[in-house]
Amino acid sequence: MSMKPVLLWSDMLILVLLALVVAGVWLLRHNETFRAPLRQVLARPLGAATALVLGVYVAIGLLDSVHYVERLPDGPQGEAQYSGEVLSALDALLTPLRERVEKTYSAPFATHLYAKETLTGPDGRQVRDYPRLVHGGAHLADTDQEFWGDVLLRGGLGALGGVIAWLLCFPLWKNRPAGRPFALTLLVTLVVLGLLVALAPHYHVLGTDKVGQDVLYLSLKSVRTGLLIGTLTTLVVLPLAIGLGIAAGYFGGRVDDLIQYLYTTLNSIPGVLLIAAAVLVVQVQIETHPDLFATAAARTDVRLLALCAILGLTGWTGLARLLRAEALKLRELEFVQAARAFGVTRARILARHLLPNVMHLVLISLVIDFSGLVLAEAVLSYVGVGVDPAMISFGNMINGARLELAREPVVWWQLAAAFLFMFVLVLAANLFADTVRDALDPRGSRP
Amino acid sequence: MSLTVKDLRVEIRAGGRTLTPVEGVDLVVGRDQCLALLGESGCGKSMTALALMRLLPEGGRVAAGRVELSREGAGVEDLLAQPESAMGQVRGGQLAMIFQEPQTSLNPVMTVAEQIGETLAAHRALTGVAARSEAGRLLEAVGLGTDKLDAYPFQLSGGQRQRALIAMMLAGEPEVLIADEPTTALDVTIQAQILKLLQDLRRERGMGLLLITHDLDVARDMTRGPDDRVAVMYAGQIVESAPGQALQAEPRHPYTQKLFAVLPRLERRGQRLDSLPGRVPVLDGSSAGCRFAERCPQVFERCRQEVPGFHGVAEGHWVRCHLADPEAASPADSQGRGVESAGENPPRPPFGKGGSEAGTPILAIDDLSVHFPIRKGLLKRTVGQVKAVDGVSLALAAGETLALVGESGCGKTTLARAVLRLIEPTGGEVRLAGEPLGGLRGEALRRKRAQMQIVFQDPFSSLNPRMGVGDILAEGMAALLPDLDRAGRARRTAELLDQVGLPADAAGRYPHEFSGGQRQRIAIARALAVRPKLLILDEPTSALDVSVQAQILNLLSDLRREHGLAYLFITHNLAVVSYLADRVAVMRGGKIVESGPVEQVLTRPRTDYTKLLLDSVPGQVLPDK
Repeated sequence: MSMKPVLLWSDMLILVLLALVVAGVWLLRHNETFRAPLRQVLARPLGAATALVLGVYVAIGLLDSVHYVERLPDGPQGEAQYSGEVLSALDALLTPLRERVEKTYSAPFATHLYAKETLTGPDGRQVRDYPRLVHGGAHLADTDQEFWGDVLLRGGLGALGGVIAWLLCFPLWKNRPAGRPFALTLLVTLVVLGLLVALAPHYHVLGTDKVGQDVLYLSLKSVRTGLLIGTLTTLVVLPLAIGLGIAAGYFGGRVDDLIQYLYTTLNSIPGVLLIAAAVLVVQVQIETHPDLFATAAARTDVRLLALCAILGLTGWTGLARLLRAEALKLRELEFVQAARAFGVTRARILARHLLPNVMHLVLISLVIDFSGLVLAEAVLSYVGVGVDPAMISFGNMINGARLELAREPVVWWQLAAAFLFMFVLVLAANLFADTVRDALDPRGSRP
Repeated sequence: MSLTVKDLRVEIRAGGRTLTPVEGVDLVVGRDQCLALLGESGCGKSMTALALMRLLPEGGRVAAGRVELSREGAGVEDLLAQPESAMGQVRGGQLAMIFQEPQTSLNPVMTVAEQIGETLAAHRALTGVAARSEAGRLLEAVGLGTDKLDAYPFQLSGGQRQRALIAMMLAGEPEVLIADEPTTALDVTIQAQILKLLQDLRRERGMGLLLITHDLDVARDMTRGPDDRVAVMYAGQIVESAPGQALQAEPRHPYTQKLFAVLPRLERRGQRLDSLPGRVPVLDGSSAGCRFAERCPQVFERCRQEVPGFHGVAEGHWVRCHLADPEAASPADSQGRGVESAGENPPRPPFGKGGSEAGTPILAIDDLSVHFPIRKGLLKRTVGQVKAVDGVSLALAAGETLALVGESGCGKTTLARAVLRLIEPTGGEVRLAGEPLGGLRGEALRRKRAQMQIVFQDPFSSLNPRMGVGDILAEGMAALLPDLDRAGRARRTAELLDQVGLPADAAGRYPHEFSGGQRQRIAIARALAVRPKLLILDEPTSALDVSVQAQILNLLSDLRREHGLAYLFITHNLAVVSYLADRVAVMRGGKIVESGPVEQVLTRPRTDYTKLLLDSVPGQVLPDK
C-alpha cells in the first residue's frame, strides 16, 4: 500500500528547528568553549542519565512528527485517492495498539470490561456480567487459570530481551566517565521497553479509556503535543522576555517605562480570559475558512500552533520582570562600566556582559515554565479553549479523568498514565537543566 | 575576670575535605586589656571570634580546646561545655560582639530603642520606662543623644549606626567585647572617633577588648597601654604574640616583619615596597613544617620538615619560628634579620615631574559639576538637586600622579565617572590633551576613550565572571584599536599579561580562578590594553590586603615609569597618597577644599578639614607637623 507524505505546519517548524540544531552542532563541533560544557554535562552521572530519558521522549516526539496519508484504491476515473486520516510514523509502529479498540473502559491488564453489561449467554438467557475484551488477553482460553502464567512468561521474556540489549550496549559506555547511573538508567529504559514490546500487543498495559482506546497509545501520542507546546511556547517567550527584560533594565528611563506599561497592562488582564478570548478568535477564523485546511489533522495542528503563540505572547511577563531586575543590578556593576569606558557598543554590552550573566535565571525559569505550560494546556482544555478536543494530549487526558474520578468505582489509570509520563518528562528536564546550568557556570567545580 | 582560650582548633567540612582554619590558638583577654588579633584576610581571625561566641557557620565545629571565662565569685566556666540554652546568657551578657558592617548588623525595621531594649530585657530584665531610660543612658555613653532613641537605622549615618550597635552590645554589660573589624567600613575621621570611643569605654567599664583587625596602624593605636598585646595570626595559627609596644619596636617573626615592611610611607617614596609573594596555604593539614615556609625570605631546611614551636624571645614576647629557638643555632644569624631587606633597594629619585607647568596638561577639568535631580510625585517634577560634584577644577600633566582624597560621599567617584563620560556632567568642561570632551559623540568619543581608562575598586565585580581573561583583555582592543587583527590582539594580550606579572596561560582562564590581587592586575592590564595616557584609579587597593597592596603599588609605579602614564588616583588612604602621589587634591561635599604638592598638603595643611583628616589617620604614619 503506497502513501503520500504530509507536512503539517508544526512538522515544518520542527524540521527547521532540527536543522538549526544539527547545523549549529556541525558548525561548533570544533569549538572548545561549546564542547567543554557539553562534554561536562554528559560526563556527569545525572546529566547523562537525564539526557537519555529526554532523548527517548524527543525520539517519540520526532517519530510522531513524520506524517503521511495512506493511498486508497483509485477512483472511478483512475485518479489517486487518499485517506482523510493523517497518520504518523509512530502510528505505524503502534498499529496494534491503535487499531485494537475495546468497547469502553477496561483496567490495566484486564481481560474483561470494567463495567457489567447485560450479556446473552449461549443458551439465550440474559445475564449481567463483565464481558470479555475483544483484544486484551483474547489469546487466553481460560482467563482465570492462564492469566498470571502468561503475563509472567511474556514479561520475563521481554525483560530478558531488555537485559540482553543492555549487555550488547555495554562496550559503548565501558570507558565513559558517566558510569553507573547512566548504565542503570539505560537498563531501566531497555527493560521497560522490552516489557512493553512483549506485553502491549496482547494486553492493554495501561487500560483503555471511555471509547476503548489503549491508554498507552494515548500517552505516547501525547508526548509530541506536550513537547511541542513546551518548546514552541518557549521559543516565543524567549526573545520577548530576554529582549524586553534586559532592555528595560539596562536602558532605564523611557524604554523602561514603556516596557513596564506593556507588561503591567498584560498582567492586569486575567490570564485565562485573555487566552480564552484569543483562542476563540483564532477558532472562529479557522471555522470560517475550512477551505484552507485539507484534513482535520491540519486544522487541529494550526489550532495548536495558535495556542503556543498565544501562550507565549501572554506568558513572557514574569521572566521579563525577573530579567529587568537583574539587568538593573548588573548595569551598575563595574565590569559593565569598564566596557562602557571602552566604548563597547550597547548591543555588544547586552550580548556579552548582560546576557551570559542572566542565563542561569533564564534556564531555571524556562524549565519551571515548561512544566507549567504542559499543565496550563490541561487547564485550558478544561475550559474548552485548549488544544482541539480531537487532539491527543496530556491536557485532554487529564480533562477526561475529571469525570472518571467521579465515577464509582474510580477509573484511575488514565490520570495515572498522564501523570507518570509528565512526571518523568518534567523531572528529567529539571535535572538536566540543573546540570547544564552548573556546566555553563565558569565558577562551578570541574571534575 | 578574664577570657582564656586554650589550644583552640576549628574544623570546617566542605566539599568532602576537612579544613582547619584555626589551629592551636591560645589567647588571654584580661580586665581592661586590649588584645589586637592582627592578620590578613583568610588567616582565621574572624573564625576564632565566631568560635568563641559559638556561632560557627554551617559545617564548622570546634574540634579541640577550651574557652574559659573566669569571674570573681563565679569561678571558671568552659564555654564550650555549656549547653546551647546557657549560651544565650553568655552571648551579649558576658561576651558581646560588634560586627564589621553597620549597615547589616542593625534590623532596619526596629528603632534603636527597641533594639537596645531587646538586650536589656534579655540580660537585665529591664522593660518599659526603666529600659528606655537605660537605653538613653547607653546612647549618651556612646556619644549619641537621647533624641536618637526613636530613630530607625536608615536615619543614622554609618558612624552613628556603629555607635548604636556598640550601645546595644554594652546593654548586657559584657565583660569582654569582641570587635570584628569595627571600623573597616567607616571613613577615617569616623574611624578615629569609634576607636577612641572603644578605648574610653573599656577604661570606664573595665571591659576586656578583643579587637580583630587587618590594619597594623589601628592595632598600634589601640595597644598603646602597658597591658595591651598584639597577636599576629597567619594561616590559622598565632605566629607572634607580644606587648603592643614591643611588637611595633621589634617584630621578630619574618611574617610580621614583612607586614611592616610592605606598608607605603612617605619616607619610602621612590623606593620599591617590599613584597610578600605567594598565597596563604590551603589549610587541609597537609603541610608538614612551618606554614609560612613557602613565602618566608629566611626559610631554611628545618622549616619544611619540622613544625616550629612557640618560643619566648623576651618578656611576654613569643614567636612561632625556628629562628627564635634558643636551643638551635640558626643559619639566619649569618644572614641577618629581614628588617634590613628593605634597604636592599637603593633609593631612587622620586617619580614624576614634580610640577605641572610644562606643556598642555593631559587632563584639564574646568568648573565641572554633576547635579542629580531629585524628582517627586506622579509627574516626576524636579524639586531639588544633589550637587555631587560642584564646580571642580583640576589639571593633570602627562606622567604626573594626582591623588584625589576624600571621605565617602564627597563626590570623588562621581567626578571620575563624569570625566570618563560614564555619567553626563551637568556643567563645566573636561579637556583631554587640549581637546574638549564635552560635545563629542559616537566615533569621536570612542577614539578619545582610548586615551583614558579606569581601574575600579572591587576586583570581584569589575571583571565579567563569564568571560575568559583573554576575552576581557581583547574586548577593549576590539572596540578601540580596530587596526589590530585577531593575531595582533593575541600578541598584545600575551604582552600585557607579562607586563602586569601574570603567567601567559592566564588568558585561557576565568576571573574566579585568580586571587584579589591577581584580579586587580587583570583589571590594570585591561585598562592598559588600549594604550591610554591617563589612568583613573578608583581606590584600586582598598579591597586588598596590605601585602597585595604593596605589589599593586609597585606595579603601578613601574608602569608609570615605563609608559609615562598619568594617574588620577582616587583614595581615602593617606599613606598610599604619601607614597605614590605628586600632588594631592582634597575633596569635600563636591568641592576641592585644598590642593597642592604632596609634601606641602600632608605636612603643612592649610584648611581645617585637611588637618582633621590627617589627625584621624591611625598610627600617625605621617611626619609630625
